[in-house]
Amino acid sequence: MQTFTGHIPYSKKVLGFFAVMVALIATVAILGIIVGMIGDFIIEGGPNITGAFLTEFPRNSNTEGGIFPALIGTTFLVMIMTIMGVPIGTATAIYLSEFAKQDSVFARSVRFAVNTLAGVPSIVFGLFGVGFFVQFLGKGLDNATGSSSFGDGSLLWASATLAVLTLPVVIVSVEEALRAVPRELREASLALGATRWQTIVRVVLPNAVSGILTGSILAVGRGAGEVATILFVGVTYSAEQLPGSITDKFMHLGYHLYVLATQSPDVDKTLPLQYATTLVLLALTFTLNFSAIFVRSRLRRN
Amino acid sequence: MAKELQAKIHASAFSVFYRDKQALHSVTLDIPERKVTAFIGPSGCGKSTFLRSINRMNDLVEGVRNEGRMIVDGTDVYDKSVDVVTLRRRIGMVFQKSIPFPKSIYENITYGMTLTERKTKAELDEIVESSLKRSALWEEVKDRLKNSALGLSGGQQQRLCIARAIAVNPDILLMDEPCSALDPISTGKVEELISELKDTYTIVLVTHNMQQAARVSDLTGFFLMGKLIEFDKTRTIFTSPAQKETEDYITGRFG
Ligand SMILES: Nc1ncnc2c1ncn2[C@@H]1O[C@H](COP(=O)(O)OP(=O)(O)OP(=O)(O)O)[C@@H](O)[C@H]1O
Ligand SMILES: [Mg+2]
Repeated sequence: MQTFTGHIPYSKKVLGFFAVMVALIATVAILGIIVGMIGDFIIEGGPNITGAFLTEFPRNSNTEGGIFPALIGTTFLVMIMTIMGVPIGTATAIYLSEFAKQDSVFARSVRFAVNTLAGVPSIVFGLFGVGFFVQFLGKGLDNATGSSSFGDGSLLWASATLAVLTLPVVIVSVEEALRAVPRELREASLALGATRWQTIVRVVLPNAVSGILTGSILAVGRGAGEVATILFVGVTYSAEQLPGSITDKFMHLGYHLYVLATQSPDVDKTLPLQYATTLVLLALTFTLNFSAIFVRSRLRRN
Repeated sequence: MAKELQAKIHASAFSVFYRDKQALHSVTLDIPERKVTAFIGPSGCGKSTFLRSINRMNDLVEGVRNEGRMIVDGTDVYDKSVDVVTLRRRIGMVFQKSIPFPKSIYENITYGMTLTERKTKAELDEIVESSLKRSALWEEVKDRLKNSALGLSGGQQQRLCIARAIAVNPDILLMDEPCSALDPISTGKVEELISELKDTYTIVLVTHNMQQAARVSDLTGFFLMGKLIEFDKTRTIFTSPAQKETEDYITGRFG
């Protein structure tokens, strides 16, 4: 009868108690910070978010008016980024999971590159964007075609730069989803005389839709909040018009916030605008992240 | 043995290596047409490896290598000229873990057919019905063909997988422990089915259940540690095996 009721020494009990307390305090502190921060933004910024704020251009050197062009610019940026990044990321993931020999040098290099990419500071991507997309590709295109629209920062190059930044997110989550498709399903398909591609298209991808969706949404969420990446590749602090083509410059919520907080002639006057812009930006990224979690859990269950 | 029967599948000195590890040692045998051939033997002796070598499913394993010849209908399936996809269409396979596609019952059956040809709705309907009838599932599912196949019971799923395999009209059916996850009643149904199908198909069956091998097969091969110890008429194997190892195994004195 004594087997399960060993005596725990007093010192261990005390140690255990302290460990639990520390964990508890840390948790409460973090929760407090999050709630306090978001609460502050909601209280200060909430009342300023009006229809006019969302649909008007900024006025008077960004000290009055709304955030319409920044909202639209961010939306365009994120959409174009997704269109460019998700297919490439998905294709890479398909290659890694379905075609590459797992221990081949090439597959290992791709994997290493993806992991490294995920850890590179975003400002470095920004510099890469200037060097590769604007200077090399853009100027090259201009020289080749005699135009002058590509050799400068623009919606196109900013989206491309962001797409590169979010590639690791897409690749990792799509690959994870592809690997989660049971081997038996693939074998059943192949045994019926399907080619590899038919198996991927008809069996593997439909079963990995949730992963592709989550990957895309997480990527969009990451991309929507990035400022450092796009600093040098096409974002602008004020625009008279919405971008009319992908080679135009554009405004962006995150960058607009930076401009409001540091570049305005009267920073105090813009404080309500800053709060409201922050809240919009937060709401945008939170919505994207939560929808990713939601999609994931919904599709996991099915 | 079995000289009078036409060999559908002929393995000659066939060996398989997983990287450096040899899983099959120079197996030579003739599998006759339109009979049920069963393979028995303790776990890990190479039964699945042999089976999966016939339709080249083992090609999918990284680091696998073969020696010897595996001849189906007079052609070495490992010959360079052989198209694996065509080969696999002619050799149906049913797995231990029956796993229907997460699609409707109807789409599960038509999956194989729609890979290469365009068929009319009427043609598809007809093949769905005939495949399900042949796999003794029609009466149970005819009113819910559009429902997900995952809603079927384990036994029904396994029969659906058999229906799915015969829908593409193969002439060989490979079955790797098709009943090991089924209850006795479902097992009985599948065994009945196997007996009916052997009029049309050459069936190769791996089983751990010796009564099953005795009940449904015409020929039985006993594998031990990658070697084919004995291969003969099922009755001979179970009543008067030539090898001591075979006798030990079937009398339960081994493994
Ligand atoms: N993919 C693989 N990679 C490496 N070794 C393998 C692989 N598949 C099988 N083997 C090895 O080959 C040998 C034969 O395996 P096989 O699956 O053919 O046995 P089996 O007779 O079907 O066993 P069981 O009755 O458990 O299904 C085993 O030793 C096994 O460990
Ligand atoms: Mg096996």
